[in-house]
Amino acid sequence: MSLFDNPFNAESSLGCACGRHASAAEHEAAGRDAEALSGQALQTAVVKALFPRDAERRRFLRAVGSNTAMAAIASLFPLGALQAMAQEKGKVEKKDLKVGFIPITCATPLIMSAPLGFYEKQGLNVTLVKTAGWALIRDKVMNKEYDASHLLAPMPLAISLGVGSGALPMNVATIQNSNGQAITLALKHKDNRDPRKWKGMKFAVPFEFSMHNFLLRYYVAEHGIDPDRDIQIRVVPPPEMVANLRAGNIDGYLGPDPFNQRAVYDQVGFIHLLTKELWDGHPCCSLGVRAQWVKDNPNTFAALYRAVLNAAAMAADPGNRSTIANAIAPANYLNQPVPVLEQVLTGKFADGLGNVKNVPDRIGFDPVPWNALGVWILSQMKRWGYLKGDVRYKDIVEQVYLVTDAKKRMKEEGILAPADMPKRIVVMGKPFDAAKADAYVAGFAIKRA
Amino acid sequence: MSQRAKSAILSCLLLAVVLLAWHVGTLPKGGAAQAVDPEYARLMGLDKPKSDGLPTPAQMGTTIAKQLSDPFYDAGSNDKGIGIQIAYSLSRVALGFVLAALVALPLGFAIGLSPLIHGALDPFIQVLKPISPLAWMPLALYTIKDSTTSSIFVIFVCSVWPMLINTAHGVANVRRDWLNVAKTLEAGTLRTAFQVILPAAAPVILTGMRISMGIAWLVIVAAEMLVGNLGIGYFVWNEWNNLSLSNVIFAILVIGVVGMILDFLFGIAQRAVAYVE
Repeated sequence: MSLFDNPFNAESSLGCACGRHASAAEHEAAGRDAEALSGQALQTAVVKALFPRDAERRRFLRAVGSNTAMAAIASLFPLGALQAMAQEKGKVEKKDLKVGFIPITCATPLIMSAPLGFYEKQGLNVTLVKTAGWALIRDKVMNKEYDASHLLAPMPLAISLGVGSGALPMNVATIQNSNGQAITLALKHKDNRDPRKWKGMKFAVPFEFSMHNFLLRYYVAEHGIDPDRDIQIRVVPPPEMVANLRAGNIDGYLGPDPFNQRAVYDQVGFIHLLTKELWDGHPCCSLGVRAQWVKDNPNTFAALYRAVLNAAAMAADPGNRSTIANAIAPANYLNQPVPVLEQVLTGKFADGLGNVKNVPDRIGFDPVPWNALGVWILSQMKRWGYLKGDVRYKDIVEQVYLVTDAKKRMKEEGILAPADMPKRIVVMGKPFDAAKADAYVAGFAIKRA
Repeated sequence: MSQRAKSAILSCLLLAVVLLAWHVGTLPKGGAAQAVDPEYARLMGLDKPKSDGLPTPAQMGTTIAKQLSDPFYDAGSNDKGIGIQIAYSLSRVALGFVLAALVALPLGFAIGLSPLIHGALDPFIQVLKPISPLAWMPLALYTIKDSTTSSIFVIFVCSVWPMLINTAHGVANVRRDWLNVAKTLEAGTLRTAFQVILPAAAPVILTGMRISMGIAWLVIVAAEMLVGNLGIGYFVWNEWNNLSLSNVIFAILVIGVVGMILDFLFGIAQRAVAYVE
């Protein structure tokens, strides 16, 4: 059940998600904008308070008709005034926040907000806590040790569904970055660039529920390699990837930067391909919060949101990338040499094979958590057997990815938010239609579903 | 020349040999620089000497001097001086160790005095004792729901067994004659426990505590590498991130020195309670 259900729809059930499928689709078609949605959330709250039991609400709506009901309730409750209040910048409920991060460039907006003062500007005192791995981040978010955290884009979906952990409703406020990952191979594979010959090789990804895992699986599967049987994929925290590559524990990894570039810089590996070449504009990491925390601290959430959105807007401008590289390089944050970060952020980099490449959009910062991205992630979770049975893709993603909220906050800050996803999802030449996710999954030759 | 002086000279010689081997092993390889594109060389960081790779003893000396010159700096929540990191680790160890002592000493007494309790608890102790303390970490994080408390719990778990077993052993093996003397003098149970058994078993109990402390110091480094967020283990992990081997080696030396000091302190305490029969 979502706050965004239409409470005046006699058919929909406010107690469970069953009845909302049709109405959600209708709303999508009608095009919902941020104000209307937040208004509806309020109306839902009021109607729920009046009729805590669904059966009573349905009886009432059937008896008087939804228009009459709306008018009657509006006369009793100043919905308009309430809506206006919800949109004002309120006083933050919690000033001192603990935000977790993994030291990778994906978290750039989240990290740079501290040294560059974006948090301060919003009246927040944020302590960024460097964390050793994704499993630990997950536990610390679920433990409520962190108020908000840097998460891999699939993690909030997995945690909300209770896949690989206990279930806890999560929200994704913004996507942190797009692209910005790469497949790095050990130097001894310099002449072994054809994935069809990769049988028996060992690869690392940062976490099971990561774009890295799904993209690597997708990539090798497209070349006829079964990622579960023909190669070994193991979970290694990003900071330990270079050390493992050097030690020969793994043949390569699909990992986050700066560790791809770091492998090149340390002359232990080369960049086989950038993930941008697989899917230009794929999401990677996100800023995640517990749904309950958003409810308890709406103004704090909005302030945190604005800070990170402003940072993302600054990061999106290529002219600022060098400044940012310098701001996030110190030991307190990424603890990396500036030249490595510069190569990642500016896209002018050495590939480890003696070439200088220039790919300005090696990493991008598009903060809007488009729902279609979430659906693609779920489709891959289904494909590889992490999700069993019927998956109601859109319902799940809509509960987790706060796309309308993101657009609304961007508007508040005067940041231009695109009305629709700027790029269609095309992964290795294959277009993806979020409305036909099941057919998409069924269309793959190698799958576990 | 006394035996002691000879040993000292031999130690110094060994150190010199190790340092020399290290120095020779890390001499910069004089391979002819390949003709590469200067732009590529700049991006690869080949134009300047790099900080990574195995450091030479001289570089190591600079690192040590730099770290020790300002051991208490605070450059943000994730970057603090080595002194502060050590303090965090020591406080966790101390807390876990004290908690373990509070449980292990009374329980050990009970086990040592009563063959019934000994028989009842022994199977549990035998199963729990060999479990690596770090294996408890995921479970601890899940149930305790706090990472700092979890690492203290891990220290508790690893230091409780040697203390428990040594206390039980020490108490059970107090000389019968002394207990009989206490009995003929009509000393009460409490008085016997504190004035006869405790002093008699103290050396064995302290040996247990010394072993526990050694293990706790070993485990805290691993626990902090796992959980992160300040402490000497976190320092190692953070420098591993940056592949800065000189800082990692520095941390290893510091861990060794601190462990040695802790052991030394327990050695003093042990001598204080020792007695000659």
